[in-house]
Amino acid sequence: MDIRETLFKPVFRDNPIALQILGICSALAVTSSMQVSLVMAIALTLVTAFSSFFISTIRNYIPSSIRIIVQMTIIASLVIVVDQILKAVAYEISKQLSVFVGLIITNCIVMGRAEAYAMKNPPVPSFLDGLGNGLGYSFVLMVIAFIRELFGSGKLFGVEVLPLVTEGGWYMPNGLLLLPPSAFFLIGLLIWAIRSWQKDQVEQPEFRISQHTAVEESA
Amino acid sequence: MEHYLGLFVRSIFIENMALSFFLGMCTFLAVSKKIQAAIGLGIAVVVVLTITVPVNNLIYQYLLSDGALTWAGLPDVDLSFLGLLSYIGVIAALVQILEMFLDKYVPALYAALGVFLPLITVNCAILGASLFMVERSYNFAESVVFGAGAGIGWALAIVALAGIREKLKYSDVPDGLQGLGITFITVGLMSLGFMSFGGIDI
Repeated sequence: MDIRETLFKPVFRDNPIALQILGICSALAVTSSMQVSLVMAIALTLVTAFSSFFISTIRNYIPSSIRIIVQMTIIASLVIVVDQILKAVAYEISKQLSVFVGLIITNCIVMGRAEAYAMKNPPVPSFLDGLGNGLGYSFVLMVIAFIRELFGSGKLFGVEVLPLVTEGGWYMPNGLLLLPPSAFFLIGLLIWAIRSWQKDQVEQPEFRISQHTAVEESA
Repeated sequence: MEHYLGLFVRSIFIENMALSFFLGMCTFLAVSKKIQAAIGLGIAVVVVLTITVPVNNLIYQYLLSDGALTWAGLPDVDLSFLGLLSYIGVIAALVQILEMFLDKYVPALYAALGVFLPLITVNCAILGASLFMVERSYNFAESVVFGAGAGIGWALAIVALAGIREKLKYSDVPDGLQGLGITFITVGLMSLGFMSFGGIDI
């Protein structure tokens, strides 16, 4: 398959968070600051890419009855590596991410790509597919973190952009954006935006409200 | 006693797994279309969490944490980096055992929960609860209370959301928000509602 297609399709056309509802847990929890989100996005992208690569390399030797356990072990080992590296070089950020680095193991994007793509395709395309899906995830994460940090605390990557009222500036921060519910609203609105642009992703409603008909017509 | 009661209430309402830590979101959104299914999954999560968190607590205390292997004559060994791998292994194994046990001895419950049990292995609420247990260094009794509370809180949230979604399907939602979008907005409002419990101090 075309390399560019494998790599960039998941970012906009087939976004894992917005379209496939995968891996939302961490997408919401870490997005109140851009720096933390960036680290999380990099960690997840690396884990997805490399787990797809390794699983694809040994795909012909995995008995299908125990494949889930094998995939889990590979993913968990990669996450342990990432976790240890983070603790060694960026201890503060790893404290802020708290349990969410560990939760990459159960992130549905990683398992989903391993199961749906890496088990059927050769290593290099699988690697790119993992990278693409990781980037799709990163894209949503960074957009939400940008909005939450900029309007919630007037900063970007910890650097003051909008001077706050409390520090003699003019911007009154919106405290709601730092609280959990705002992440749900933002993803909801983001999905609305993406689907207004890509009409074919719109879900069909289960029920339609029937059109108003005049009494004599319906009788 | 009061301490445990406080922990219990806090883990159900204030630190709700789904609504304030966003854990188990994938299944939370996917299986909340029907109340019946949501109740089944909710019960399964309560059962699994009440078992796995204490078991992982024992494993952490007596095998993995720094100096835990003193009883085996290895006081300098720190295996806590193996934590992630062991917890997920324990969860997968316990879910499997529970499934076989229910199949053999409680077929009625197995028929009701059957489909949901395998889903639970990859539910981040389960692994998340174990990781929180380690991070907040709960002892054994606390981990039992925390496991049960976290499970009940999650179950409560998914049943409530399923109830709302069952009504929601009759409403006229804008095209782009149809389905997933409006569900997110609904969960956001629910989460806002649950935040009002934050003022409770026990």
